Amino acid sequence: MLRFIIKRVFEAIPVLLIVATVSFFLMKMMPGGPFDTEKVTTPEIKKAIEAQYGLDKPVWQQYLDYMGHLVRGDLGPSYRYAGWTVNELIASTFPVSLELGCYALAFALAIGMVAGIIASLRKNTASDYVPMSLATLGICLPTFVTGPLLILFFGICLNWYNTSGWNLPSDRVLPSITLGLYYTAYISRLTRGGMLEILNQDFIRTARAKGATEWRIVWKHALRGGLLSVVSFLGPAVAGIITGSLVVESIFQIPGLSRFFIMAGFNRDYTMVMGTVLFFATLTIFANLVVDILQVWLNPKLRFE
Amino acid sequence: MSAEFPTVTQHTSEVEVGQSLWQDAWHRLRQNKMAVAGAIFVLLLALASFLAPLIAPHSYEQTNLAIGATPPSLAHWFGTDVLGRDLFSRTLYGGRISLSVGLVATAVSVIIGVLYGSISGYVGGRLDVVMMRIVDILYSLPFVIFVILLMVIFGRNIYLLFGAIGAVEWLDMARIVRGQVMSLKKQEYVEAAVALGLRKRRIILRHMIPNVLGIVIIYSTLIVPSVMLLEAFLSFLGFGVQPPMSSWGTLINDGAKSMESYPWLLIFPSLFFALTLFSLNFLGDGLRYALDVRTSKD
Amino acid sequence: MPLLEVTNLRTSFHTRHGIVRAVNDVSFALEKGDTLGIVGESGSGKSVTCYSLMRLIPQPPGKIEGGSAMFDGIDLLKASPQQLNKIRGKRISMIFQDPMTSLNPYLRISDQLIEPLLIHEKISRAAALARGIAALEDVGVPDAARRIRSYPHEFSGGMRQRVMIAMALITKPELLIADEPTTALDVTVQAQILDLVKKMQQELGMAVIWITHDLGVVAGFCRRVQVMYAGRIVERAATDELFARTAHPYTRALQKSIPALQPKGAALYTIPGMPPDLSRPIEGCPFVPRCEFAQEQCTQPVALKDIAPGHATACLRVQKGEIAL
Repeated sequence: MLRFIIKRVFEAIPVLLIVATVSFFLMKMMPGGPFDTEKVTTPEIKKAIEAQYGLDKPVWQQYLDYMGHLVRGDLGPSYRYAGWTVNELIASTFPVSLELGCYALAFALAIGMVAGIIASLRKNTASDYVPMSLATLGICLPTFVTGPLLILFFGICLNWYNTSGWNLPSDRVLPSITLGLYYTAYISRLTRGGMLEILNQDFIRTARAKGATEWRIVWKHALRGGLLSVVSFLGPAVAGIITGSLVVESIFQIPGLSRFFIMAGFNRDYTMVMGTVLFFATLTIFANLVVDILQVWLNPKLRFE
Repeated sequence: MSAEFPTVTQHTSEVEVGQSLWQDAWHRLRQNKMAVAGAIFVLLLALASFLAPLIAPHSYEQTNLAIGATPPSLAHWFGTDVLGRDLFSRTLYGGRISLSVGLVATAVSVIIGVLYGSISGYVGGRLDVVMMRIVDILYSLPFVIFVILLMVIFGRNIYLLFGAIGAVEWLDMARIVRGQVMSLKKQEYVEAAVALGLRKRRIILRHMIPNVLGIVIIYSTLIVPSVMLLEAFLSFLGFGVQPPMSSWGTLINDGAKSMESYPWLLIFPSLFFALTLFSLNFLGDGLRYALDVRTSKD
Repeated sequence: MPLLEVTNLRTSFHTRHGIVRAVNDVSFALEKGDTLGIVGESGSGKSVTCYSLMRLIPQPPGKIEGGSAMFDGIDLLKASPQQLNKIRGKRISMIFQDPMTSLNPYLRISDQLIEPLLIHEKISRAAALARGIAALEDVGVPDAARRIRSYPHEFSGGMRQRVMIAMALITKPELLIADEPTTALDVTVQAQILDLVKKMQQELGMAVIWITHDLGVVAGFCRRVQVMYAGRIVERAATDELFARTAHPYTRALQKSIPALQPKGAALYTIPGMPPDLSRPIEGCPFVPRCEFAQEQCTQPVALKDIAPGHATACLRVQKGEIAL
């Protein structure tokens, strides 16, 4: 197990290095500097600013500086918000995104798995068709369609919720549902499929022959194998939730990291953009590692590889 | 065989793409009403978008500040937006953009995926292991973030958009093609070709790829909606196509911004977009089911 | 009073291609402690019969169309799920053909093995575990106390089957149904498993139904045999009787097919033709297309009838005394 973790970490490092390097050089290929749109300054002041940010050194030197900082976890200063470092900006906005993501994922897992299990047990009945049709819908509908529609309906027409913001506890509801909807749908289909496949296996028949009740069969025998596909989906799901939060935070005006990332994109705050990219990449790699460990734990056959 | 439960098995080998498989699949596809409905809708939409210059009642960029935003009426079937532009025409043209980005980016995706998967599957061995591990790692990363990075740096160039979006979606195709190639590799006629001394590159191009074509077509239909989604996603955030060319994503974004006052600006583009996605998804699902009996879990 | 009395069992499968009559009017009885072998080819209905008794047929597409199976005053075919679950695993146990797939790969052997105890008896987990270890030792698994914590894929095929037997017998059932338990195993292992079941049967005094396509296995273990074909019983007798005074052409053909009994160097005998399509109704005797003794009269419906005490046959011509096999 430990070897597995170490191997994965070793794999992750070059990936991150490549991402950082590619991003850095892309940035450098840009015509014009980050301060070109600033108010007109004299050449001397411009030179001073560039010196302060290290932009007057040769490129390879800048690269080494950047990598050096990176290795120590320092993502550099923000080009836009003087006096703030990227680390600080991330630290102040990420907790909000984290909260949103966790709620969305929790919602997706809870509703999705329950719906999928019930659908698999009551195959080809209404309890199967209705949730699964809804699931097909949920997979097709993108967040930027469902979000505004939910706001329109629940926020404006029914006036149950605020249409934006992250202040009241109730503000969490619509964004979390919007973000989690796709994953709820996907997870419910995965669960149903996984459970059906397991329930068809011979060892379920053996369990029945032993006199086990349906409840016992589902809980003790089927779930472990049936949920495997859900667990392996969690990796891409985390990446997807990060992606989805870009839209959700924009629509609902949530002060999270993703929204900040977009604004940084428009503001051409390059260190912020790169820093966020690296941060998200690291986050997903870490999340995938956790998911892989979880998979090995659930499936004893994998332990002997 | 364990218990002798009578099973209805139809032996459909993925390789035997002969008459019977396609005919049988076509028949089963026709029976799937949702898939047929989806196909019809997509065809009609494609036709309408393509003929947009002919059938759109108004120009998509002609502003009319005098009337501003108006709800649906006989003159303007979908209403007008804040600048007085006819929403129906804009929706039609938007469909043009969305569909064409969809097709081109899918093509990019397919080409990358097929090449990558074929090479990985055919050469096999350590190269295959490494290539697939790369796919695994890439699969887990939030690609869109990188695409946005590219957009930020290089500006909103439509060709870059095609390439970037295509570069996100090729992973699944690569995996599937690799699987197919690996099973084909073991088939006898490939051994014959090898015995005849054909070089690896020739074998891949002339023999494998045509056989892989069937499964590539099917999965392409699933990539198209993903790609369209991605384009709309980017446009919605403001990183996609430049105005006045507006894809559905831009229209939805505009609509969302003013939905409290002018809800029709949100509803119509969203509806069209959603319907197109549904249709493509049902069609894709239907195709997949029709051609591969073994994936059916019912 | 027989332990188990099956009367007019009919089970079919409603598939897209028609209704397959897998078990067509089967009746038999089993006494306490008796050993019955059910022999037939694939598709003969031998397994489906017993799965129907235990209600392990997936419904849909399967359906028990009619009949009764009386076990200690309860009709197994009509019992409620609660009643059924009290019998399954406790009074009637079953072992299956493929030990590879019949054990849950995600659970340890210990969890699965003691499960019948936890379900049916008020017993602590520790006590159940102790009995589990004892059961494993009984069936000849070495180092039982340690190996009980393994997973199924860490065992060989023969060992897994022993685990299945231990699991089935841990509650000391009155009836054990064994569905081709040795078919998937090596020949040497087959003999070991057969001996094991024999031993357990004698120790526990339980009844055993042994399903197989192999007449040789039956000869070594079962006191009585019934031969099935196309969902019906075609002959039933005490084992010795069946071999000595065979009363059905199909049984005779099966005997001829035993490789060990054939002359060296000659081509192996196989029964010509194929088993019938059970989705089509069959007029008269189902074996007619492949029978060397078939005549016009055989296409009439014929019932299983005794030709000697305890020896029944469904061959019209044998019943009439026209042929002797």
